[in-house]
Amino acid sequence: MTHIRIEPRSSWLAMEWREVWRFRELLFFLVWRDVKVRYKQTVIGIAWVVLQPLVASFIFAIIFGNFARMPSDNLPYVIFAMGGLVPWNFFANSIQRGTGSLVGSAGLISKVYFPRLIIPVASILAGLVDLAVVLTALIVLMLIWGITPTLAILTLPLMLLLAFGIALGASLGLTAINVQYRDVGYAMPVVMQLWLYATPVIYSSSLIPENWRWLYGLNPMVGVIGGFRWALFGTGMPPLAELALSLITMIVLLIGGMLLFNRMESRFADVV
Amino acid sequence: MSDIAVQANRVSKEYRINRFQRKKTHERSLRDDVVGLLTSPFRQRDESSDSIWALKDISFEVKAGEVVGIIGRNGAGKSTLLKILSRITRPTEGAIDIYGRVGSLLEVGTGFHAELSGRENIYLNGAILGMGKREIDRKFDEIVAFSEVEKFIDTPVKRYSSGMYMRLAFAVAAHLDPEILIVDEVLAVGDVQFQKKCLGKMSEVAHGGRTVLFVSHNMNAIEQLCGSAILLEEGKLTDYSADVHHIITRYLSSGVNDESRAEWINMGGEYENPYFKPLRLFVSDKDGNVINHAVSRSDEVWIQIEGEIQKMDSTLSVGYAIYGESGAQLYLSTHTDGPESGWAKIHEGRCVLRSQLPLHLLNEGTHRIECVVDLHNVRWVLLPGEHNPTVQMDVQGGLSESPYWTRARMGVMAPILEWVAANVN
Repeated sequence: MTHIRIEPRSSWLAMEWREVWRFRELLFFLVWRDVKVRYKQTVIGIAWVVLQPLVASFIFAIIFGNFARMPSDNLPYVIFAMGGLVPWNFFANSIQRGTGSLVGSAGLISKVYFPRLIIPVASILAGLVDLAVVLTALIVLMLIWGITPTLAILTLPLMLLLAFGIALGASLGLTAINVQYRDVGYAMPVVMQLWLYATPVIYSSSLIPENWRWLYGLNPMVGVIGGFRWALFGTGMPPLAELALSLITMIVLLIGGMLLFNRMESRFADVV
Repeated sequence: MSDIAVQANRVSKEYRINRFQRKKTHERSLRDDVVGLLTSPFRQRDESSDSIWALKDISFEVKAGEVVGIIGRNGAGKSTLLKILSRITRPTEGAIDIYGRVGSLLEVGTGFHAELSGRENIYLNGAILGMGKREIDRKFDEIVAFSEVEKFIDTPVKRYSSGMYMRLAFAVAAHLDPEILIVDEVLAVGDVQFQKKCLGKMSEVAHGGRTVLFVSHNMNAIEQLCGSAILLEEGKLTDYSADVHHIITRYLSSGVNDESRAEWINMGGEYENPYFKPLRLFVSDKDGNVINHAVSRSDEVWIQIEGEIQKMDSTLSVGYAIYGESGAQLYLSTHTDGPESGWAKIHEGRCVLRSQLPLHLLNEGTHRIECVVDLHNVRWVLLPGEHNPTVQMDVQGGLSESPYWTRARMGVMAPILEWVAANVN
């Protein structure tokens, strides 16, 4: 017979992984709900996922590519910009949704028990569907432009996993703090805007002077975006040093986020 | 020890109120905390004034298969206890051991999404309540049949009427089948017919050998379904026994609803007039004591009106009008309603008129009683419906001795009338 002991918060190191596993079907249903609901009552539905970065890329291409003549690693600027925007949008949307996830699910949290970890995880997983769609569109666009991927494309999932891990780690901490301090939710759009400019999305990282690269690389998305472009377009060398830094940052963020989340979890239902 | 389902050991729950600005905790912002830290960095948290103990030292034991009602006023800690039992929040002190799979229903339709169809919401809500996909697949047809929304099962629930929405939500909840069920007041949904169905389902669950912890304000449901009851008062467990009737009586008589409600007293110059100046209006028991708790339909209850007459007028009628839950006037009664020979004799000076409420006439619910004074065919001194002295009275329980009459009836009144039969050949 199942036995549960309900106590004041136990050690905040102990994650209840078994519980998370037990509720995996709920995780699936929450992801399914998010995906299902996202483009309800729109005319062109999921096409928005492609349209948004595509239009943005064309705008960037006109402004930065044509007028400012910024370097684009010898690629058509639209493709270059898309190659940055696709992983960046996935990352930025993940953080945005992840941060708001607990507060957005206040109704569930205050009425039903389940491991709270499921909520931010589900909100980020739901973004994978968008990513798959827009990635397909990007590859089609590349083929139209006559750019064929190399074998490097096989490492693409690893780059995405890295982006996923960084977004999840950051979101876990941020969404937990956001339950108590809603300020986080308001600050995030601004932070993400700044972060975008600190990441080689619309410009090439070759613009950064060589002796500042190490500092630049502390932004974990530098490695991810660089790695993503390399995997997709196969040009130049993979940014190994930056990727290693990203990996370390991801691990630190995941552990830190998890600890913070776990520490605050017991108060979610009271405070949210 | 395997026959114990739930064992609570000195459970307490503390809620903190913001220490700096006395806002509720969830409204505080980072700025508040930073400002607070800067303005009073050395202030210690004053535990006593900044926290509320929603529950204090609650211990009890529920055996497997028992159906336990939890009763108490609003704010007594019922919801907090259910939240702890359902693992939504943790206790501050103490521990609870639960033996068996728990299902909890603190709300019907948790997680329903307006944009999704009935079918999709059944799966979503089922998963949220802890059912697996296969389990839902298996029960799907049954759930749909129970909800009576077959025709609209593929329509988004935002197009549903509120009744359909609630029926669907309850249908999913009703098919949850854990070993221990925790239920909060979910019976009050839908129309009367559907309520009956819900209550039927509840008693099926209750009599099906499952352990149930059940919070409700519906004393009839508690009395009918529960084998024992827990009484919570101000966060403390004050009574727990298998004598459910005893606990309900204690609950109904313990709480002072609101001192001003059962008794009205003229604070001075109100309603000045020479004919009948009302001084006091109150609901009393047979000994003349003010009753400021709910009364049962089978209790002897008196309405008492005290007033001052300076100038005796032969056309004076004094009485009361009574209004039901919906605000409809149920009846008006004055001391001159019967044959003249039987009228109560009143004289100049102070006097008290009293009249007994008919037994088994009023329906359950809150009633408003208003003092009425009339000079017959001359003028109203206190016209019904104007701002007259008013008291309130809750009627609860004592419905009938009939085994068939266990819940509040439809209708503004609920009299028990005599029935006779004659054989017709």
